[in-house]
Amino acid sequence: MYEAQTGSVHALENVSIDVQEGELVCILGPSGCGKTTLLWGMSGLHALTHGRVLLDGTPVTGPRPLEIGMVFQEANLLPWRNLRQNLEFPFEIKKRKADAERIVALLHQTGLEGFEKSYPRELSGGMQQRASIVRALAQDPAVLLMDEPFGALDAFTRDEMNLLLLRLWTETEKTIVFVTHNISEAIFLADRVVVMTPRPGRVAKIYDIGLPRPRTIEMTFEPSFIALVQEIKVAVESGGRHLLEVE
Amino acid sequence: MSNVPQELRDEIPSFEKQAHEEQGPINWSALTSIQGARSLAEIASLVGLFAAIFFLVQGIVVWTHTPTYVFPKPIDVVKTFAQDFTSTEMHALKVTTIEFLAGLAIGSTVGLVLAALLTLKPFVEKIIAPYVLIMVTTPMLALVPFLRLKMGFGLWPLIIAVALASGPMVMINSATGFRRTDLAKIALARSYGASTFQIFAKIRFPLALPMIIVGYMVGSIFGLLTAVGGEMVAASEQGGLGKDLVYYSSLARMPEFGATILIIAILGVLIYVIFYFIGKRWASWEA
Repeated sequence: MYEAQTGSVHALENVSIDVQEGELVCILGPSGCGKTTLLWGMSGLHALTHGRVLLDGTPVTGPRPLEIGMVFQEANLLPWRNLRQNLEFPFEIKKRKADAERIVALLHQTGLEGFEKSYPRELSGGMQQRASIVRALAQDPAVLLMDEPFGALDAFTRDEMNLLLLRLWTETEKTIVFVTHNISEAIFLADRVVVMTPRPGRVAKIYDIGLPRPRTIEMTFEPSFIALVQEIKVAVESGGRHLLEVE
Repeated sequence: MSNVPQELRDEIPSFEKQAHEEQGPINWSALTSIQGARSLAEIASLVGLFAAIFFLVQGIVVWTHTPTYVFPKPIDVVKTFAQDFTSTEMHALKVTTIEFLAGLAIGSTVGLVLAALLTLKPFVEKIIAPYVLIMVTTPMLALVPFLRLKMGFGLWPLIIAVALASGPMVMINSATGFRRTDLAKIALARSYGASTFQIFAKIRFPLALPMIIVGYMVGSIFGLLTAVGGEMVAASEQGGLGKDLVYYSSLARMPEFGATILIIAILGVLIYVIFYFIGKRWASWEA
């Protein structure tokens, strides 16, 4: 349902990605591979110089807040608003009445209930990022675009957040595009991992991840998982050009 | 990769931290670091030090038999202040306050609006900057006699002088605030479909608010200085605290002179405290 095509531009070259409805796709690559540019292009925040982004067949030329929710690097909460006011922000912009019921349900799902009056600085990093996911889901968009959301968190919190995201994804049946530079995070979360290589950014390979769901942290210690991490690491480092030699 | 246009680099959306740390000409934390007294011991020391200074000066003045016209006894100043003096000074206080508030309102509004507009156009801001600097650094007191000649003997010359003194201060600090554009937060608002005005009202303005409050704090202190100083140089027919200072000192009525200074000092501290609490209430997320 989600298509992004780019022509030959500096940051991205001939990138073409299709995302199915309800799919969780991770875009993986080192910094400078244009993955964030691609995601911002998909969100309509950043006009691509060439190419186009289609959502359900209609071109995305600007932000579409009711259909696309965006989760940013770091939590990006507004520090002068408390949690509740932060979650009402999207509704305020659209001059709509906040969907209190939905917000309460999401706060419950993310374990944030009781913190409505807290200011962002009073919340831990993980809680802040959970709040930003709730904010992105508040208007019930069909698509969630996540830009390295857990990059600043410690490994333990990151595992916790990944599990929470998978649970939310199963419960809400959203389509998620998740950008990361962490290989095991990408494999752990995704149905498919799109591996990108830098300069210029292009798709090296797309991996279908066959791990059964629901996924558990234990799976990440299995030899097959580790082998896949290794394979993808080689693919990233060789720029996708020498894959045949590896095989 | 150096030929890649800036807007296509991967790092664009990974937002610069420095923008946050940019400090204006005035360090907010330094201004707000005066905390309320916490313990009884602290309060006792504060009161004790004040009493020590007060009675030391009193003792020296009494012991050296310093005549009142040379230096007033602190107790006489307080006595004068507490007697019917404050009610006789009410009119002067009212005049100075009107000049100050009217000038601050005009100057700060113009300064704030200009800062918001100018920061949208970096080029215009750059060529305007030297003039703002001149306005900030020139004591507007110097203009009072000229304004008096041009505009007569009403309150307006002093109101204008206060506006000229406080406005640029508000402007220069507000501009520093508006310049700290947090791209991540603006992108956030845009992703929810915010208009340019909504981005200003809901992101850029709150981000700038701590610096705007600092601007008001510094600007109002400059404004009070200009109001009182202007009255000393060329008061209106209505008088004012500054005119009374000149009057009492010319008659060597030192207790009244000291009491007038006490009123001005209280006014200044009051202004500081008001903006301190406004800052605490509306911009505490940063301090």
